[in-house]
Amino acid sequence: MPAQKVQWISSCFFLLFWASCIPRLGSTRLLQELSPQEYFSSLEAGRASLAYFSHHVSSVAQPFLEEIENSAEVLQDYGISVVKVNCPKEDASRYCRKENALRKAYLFRGNVLLREFPTDALFDVNSIIGNVLFALLFNEVKYVETLAELQNIEDSLKGKSNVVFAYVPATGTAEHRAVMEAAFVYGTVHQFVLTTEPMLLKATSSDGPDVSSAQLMFCHCQQSPELSQPCRRTPMGQPLTLLNIHRHLKLMGAPLVTEVAEDPEKVSTVHLQLGLPLVFILSQKETYEADRRTAEFVAWQLLGKAGVALLSRDLLDLKVLLRSNVALKTPDEGVPIKYLILEDTDEIINLVEEKSKVEQIQEEEEEEEEEEDEKENNSQDIQDDQVVEAVARDKKRELPLEQIRALEEETFHPTLLETARTVVLFYASWEAVSLAVLRTYTEVAEHLKGTQGVLLSRVNCWDWPGVCTKENITQVPALRIYEKGERSVMYHGMWGAAELTSFIMLSQVSCPLKLATIDEAEGYLRGEFPSQLSSFHHPSLLGVFSRATSEAREAFEEAGNILSGHVRMGMYFEDDALALSHKYSVSPPALLLARSRGGSVEGITLSKQSTRDMVQMIRYELLDLFPEIIVQNLPSYLQLRKPFLIFFSDGDIGQVESKEMLNLAKKKTQQAFVACWLNLKKTPVGRGVLKVYFGTVPSLPLLVWVNLHAGGQVFRFPSEQSLTEMNILSWVEKVKAGLEIPSRTLSEEDWKPPLPAYDFLQMMEMTMPELSLRVSQHPKEMPAQHPPQSPGGDTAIQEKPFQDIKAEKVGSPGRDLRGTAPRLAAREKQGKRHSEL
Amino acid sequence: LGLALCSLCVASSATLLYHDYCIIGAGPAGLQAAYFLQQANRDYVVFERSHAPGSFFALYPRHRKLISINKWHTGKSNSEFNLRHDWNSLLSHDRRLLFRHYSRDFFPNADAMVRYLEEFASLLKLRVQYNTAIIHVTLERDERAWNGHYFLLTDQDRQNYKCSSLLVATGTWVPNVVNFPGSEYVEGYETVSINPEDFAGQTVLILGRGNSAFETAENILGVTNFIHMVSRSRVRLSWATHYVGDLRAINNGLLDTYQLKSLDGLLEGDLEDLAIVKDKKGKLHITLRFYLEDRNSSTGIDSITLPQDELDNFATRAPYDRVIRCLGWKFDFSIYNRSLRMMPGKGNIKKYPQIKPSYESRGTRGLFVLGTASHSVDFRKSAGGFIHGFRYTTRAVHRLLENRHHGVPWPSTVYPVTQLTNSIIKRVNEASGLYQMFGVLADIILLRENGTSFEYLEEYPVGVLSELEMQTGRKAPYGLFVVIMEYGRNFSGADKDVFYYNRAVGEAQHAWQSNFLHPVIYYYKRLPTEREMSLRPPDWPLPRPDAVHHIVEDFLTDWTAPNAHILPLRRFLENCLGTDLRNFFAESCFLFALTRQKLPPCCQQGYLRMQGLLGSERLRRHAAEAGLLQDYTLTDFSGNRPPDSHTGSQDQLLRDHTVRVHPLQHLVNAKDE
Repeated sequence: MPAQKVQWISSCFFLLFWASCIPRLGSTRLLQELSPQEYFSSLEAGRASLAYFSHHVSSVAQPFLEEIENSAEVLQDYGISVVKVNCPKEDASRYCRKENALRKAYLFRGNVLLREFPTDALFDVNSIIGNVLFALLFNEVKYVETLAELQNIEDSLKGKSNVVFAYVPATGTAEHRAVMEAAFVYGTVHQFVLTTEPMLLKATSSDGPDVSSAQLMFCHCQQSPELSQPCRRTPMGQPLTLLNIHRHLKLMGAPLVTEVAEDPEKVSTVHLQLGLPLVFILSQKETYEADRRTAEFVAWQLLGKAGVALLSRDLLDLKVLLRSNVALKTPDEGVPIKYLILEDTDEIINLVEEKSKVEQIQEEEEEEEEEEDEKENNSQDIQDDQVVEAVARDKKRELPLEQIRALEEETFHPTLLETARTVVLFYASWEAVSLAVLRTYTEVAEHLKGTQGVLLSRVNCWDWPGVCTKENITQVPALRIYEKGERSVMYHGMWGAAELTSFIMLSQVSCPLKLATIDEAEGYLRGEFPSQLSSFHHPSLLGVFSRATSEAREAFEEAGNILSGHVRMGMYFEDDALALSHKYSVSPPALLLARSRGGSVEGITLSKQSTRDMVQMIRYELLDLFPEIIVQNLPSYLQLRKPFLIFFSDGDIGQVESKEMLNLAKKKTQQAFVACWLNLKKTPVGRGVLKVYFGTVPSLPLLVWVNLHAGGQVFRFPSEQSLTEMNILSWVEKVKAGLEIPSRTLSEEDWKPPLPAYDFLQMMEMTMPELSLRVSQHPKEMPAQHPPQSPGGDTAIQEKPFQDIKAEKVGSPGRDLRGTAPRLAAREKQGKRHSEL
Repeated sequence: LGLALCSLCVASSATLLYHDYCIIGAGPAGLQAAYFLQQANRDYVVFERSHAPGSFFALYPRHRKLISINKWHTGKSNSEFNLRHDWNSLLSHDRRLLFRHYSRDFFPNADAMVRYLEEFASLLKLRVQYNTAIIHVTLERDERAWNGHYFLLTDQDRQNYKCSSLLVATGTWVPNVVNFPGSEYVEGYETVSINPEDFAGQTVLILGRGNSAFETAENILGVTNFIHMVSRSRVRLSWATHYVGDLRAINNGLLDTYQLKSLDGLLEGDLEDLAIVKDKKGKLHITLRFYLEDRNSSTGIDSITLPQDELDNFATRAPYDRVIRCLGWKFDFSIYNRSLRMMPGKGNIKKYPQIKPSYESRGTRGLFVLGTASHSVDFRKSAGGFIHGFRYTTRAVHRLLENRHHGVPWPSTVYPVTQLTNSIIKRVNEASGLYQMFGVLADIILLRENGTSFEYLEEYPVGVLSELEMQTGRKAPYGLFVVIMEYGRNFSGADKDVFYYNRAVGEAQHAWQSNFLHPVIYYYKRLPTEREMSLRPPDWPLPRPDAVHHIVEDFLTDWTAPNAHILPLRRFLENCLGTDLRNFFAESCFLFALTRQKLPPCCQQGYLRMQGLLGSERLRRHAAEAGLLQDYTLTDFSGNRPPDSHTGSQDQLLRDHTVRVHPLQHLVNAKDE
């Protein structure tokens, strides 16, 4: 049985082997195999071929064979065929002789033998290509050993052609190959000179060069006018690869200074295409000659690092300062040209070189970061929740909780009976959001210090879960006001000190407050009554009912219950209610609304009878026509689900703009959008909004249309137009008609997990193979009709958002204190990187 | 006999008393079940053969020291948390009925338990019918009945009772007896003297190696010549196995004296092979059963071969004055008619009746086993055989019954998804049921459509997870989390070293290797099937999940550390749900609301509903310092200079939410080389 198996396997292997061979045989093989007769008769004049001869079986030269096979394709590209010649056994002709076969390779051009290579010189692909091309290009690439030889060549070419001088520490290297391949392409354009002499390299460069690495210099002999002077040389800064050489030669071949007479934004040169900056020297007719000289001087300094162009201001209407003399264009797309005023040429050179330095550093830093990430399994364990982190950073501060009584299971109910109103904050001492609210609550306590009839208290639900469960507090934070022996009101507003204070104060009076006399009602509308609320600025809402309309009144009272603490509501239903309402040209049932103290009073006829409608209506009526948008009130306006027309202003809104906008907002037909304004001084985060809209904070004021709920397009009111109601209206119409181009479309990306989680399942699988084994018997993945097959075969697991972490990191420092210090030290290191989140 | 009894039932059926629920036994489990039934206003009765509740505790443990802890101080006021360290109280709403009010002792006297159970029954006015010993239980088929049959119970006075559902809380009280030649000389734990004086100068052999055996030994250790203890298997120490039923350190004085060469000793051997012969002086000699079988006639002791006759250093060659049997108890199977198919379990759980993980009998629908007798579900694993465990499994059974018979679904709370991390953290930190019944009871989080909210179910028996929808009346079509507590899989065990260095894991990223009890959260995209449940890996309470998270073990069992506990949990939940569960200050939400078409759940469910977190000035400054919140007031001073758009951390925050993908560059490079 085992023998059979082995046989089966080997035949299978054999089949496989053949299968893998077939495509190779099918396509034209790069490495030909010929007999000596076939080979010599196939040689074409002028065509190069590399041949080696072999007597069938010989495994000695196996590595060489592999390398030569690997080189065949590249050599083919240079028109050199590679041939393996199989010598017949009895053949003892020159090439097939034992001592030659497989020890040498021969390079022919036509039937002329150019060179014979010992196989040990052809040790890899680089050496094969380098040496073969070197042999073929002996005219194009001069090999020199002394400085004199180099200078001779240079002198002979002055005014005619440029020289590419390369130093390689040894032939047969990758650099050597790169030089040769470059020479194959550029050999007819430039004279290539090669050396392996370190002394020569030292002689050519002033600053002690590193002779262990290859160097390449471009010698500008074509333009050198004087025989006595050596050609200018521009070394290539990058490592010698074919690509870098190509790039360098391209740059050297580009004109030294380009003259430009078009919009610099549209200019594109070789430099920009190759990722280098372009320096514009801004020139005028009067100074043209001097500018040209400056440009050439700078160009020589920056050769290979940046391009230089001479930009004529006379031919172009540049919207830049007249004093600007230099401009810098970077290859990065979308980055605008920088116009500068510079004193001398060094500044220009510094500008370019600094920039490239910074870039380099950044690149290095990025690399380092990546490495660090890999080392430390990245930033998963660094807090990226702003609330949690903020609270954690504040945890050592002792909170001023003296004003806030801590309630316990035993004291909770007795305390509620002590004061007219008890405010209770339910929180959990481990929960960040509720701790943040606790901090705000201390500010509230400070505000309300000395207020009669209100007791501020708190219950820690972590200590007293029973109290919280009984009070039906399912999540923290929660704030509730208990009226002595009566109902309690839950807070549903923003967790801010001012909002909480206002809630507590408003809850002091009943909602709605029944007003007894018309004087009280008037005082109420003026914000003077009741006196304890007179220092708070709330819109006053007064329901006026005739004695008969009990249905509307009940609904209003119900609505009052719901809005209690959030809205200041009063009601008046005395006999003279009719007179009161008529004063504001409505008849009961009606609402009277005084938005600001001493301001005008609006009369609104009540048509809705159900409590729900009433609540909704009140909330709607309380919205302003042209509000100032702040963090606290945005949600109320967002609920209208309309586009926003936002006037961004740095400071208070101007009177003119305010008037125009208000007029616009007042138009009933224009209620299809929310007109509002944003004061960047009061709401600095507005800057963040503008940055997202326009990339930077543009000049203010500024009017923006945002389709927040449909499409997310942002439009900017043209800055050249004046902000008048008419202009805005017609612009809005154009925006709505789709005739304007949006400045930006807001991202509709989903909120995905910020970082991956630890993939414990995968780690467990690595140590517990039985775990993945079980999954192969998953009924879904292996239907019941199939008997369970070899386990482990089916490991198709669902997509994994989890990060792979090697399970090798076992045996971490444990609970014993000996490991604590290094752990803490490691943590400190991580802590530094918080800001990089 | 069966026939006779059956004719009896027919005869007395005229005076049949009916209840929806009948509970047999007014011990801790029976009273606990009665409490829940009473709270739910169900028609029930408890039958107790004694005149008072907890008759087992009136007798046992013989030496009166309970080994369940009664911890007065934990440094915490959280009543639920404190139940983790109160192993004697039953569950009730009445704070007076905490065991701490009945005893100050850490290991209380059993009399306190008897008193406690009496007051529990009377204070709560539980309907217990005392002096009623149920001597027979049979079935009456009836299609109209809840379970297709009624349970007919007969008491010692031939009074019959008819019930729709039968809750058996009789515990295990029938002493385990081994029969071997000479076993008539053996005294039982039930009756042996507890007065040490009676053992003065005696040589004692104790059969068994459980807590009752060691408790007995402990009592007489100081006055005997020496004590030998023999049992089939080696002693299992509860601090090594994490199983409270194994030998507790409080009873292990004999281990000390044995290992400290004070004559006492511990042996392993099969009791079935033993034989005891009494010599003329009344001394008891140990021999082997097969020596006796060779013997033709019962001539005196002299003719019996003793092992030392052949092996003169035989360990128990010294004669004993007394042999005491302390082999534990088993369930009383005798009262059930065969039609109920109350079968003993297999192997080491043969002392318990066979039940499903839902505590329902395998043989009879509608019959549930509660309390100690239900321990086969988690024998030698968790605490289901003890008060501190079965008070929770009893509640679970009650919830199952409420759903099955009364259409009351398993209690649950619905929360917005922003509360997901919090609700888990709250429970793993205080829940006692999860803690005591680790690996058995689990909290279940059922996700709702769109992933914006979830439903939280507490302490469901995970063994029947696949039946969750049917058992609870709740639906789980959008996936679920299972929150359970576990010890490290290879940590506990009779022969394991539980004190090795570096046994504790400190880093969250290695949390899955935690050894001490710690919370584990399993995530399933859909409810596991029964088949998957049956194929779960050995020692796993649950089948392979789609993802799993371990909260790293904690020395204080306090899992509220923001970075080590909560953050990794949040990341796990986020990745399971594919969303961002971070909290944001209102200012960030404001920015998102005006600059993005979609908002993170925190802003959606808080800020947009006008419940944003404005945060104090100081907190916002902290967040800005951490680079998690941009302070735009700062750029105010820099005039109109275009700010560098790449350094803003707010931008960072905005970009953050995409998962960073590692470039595949290194692969490409490798290929090139």
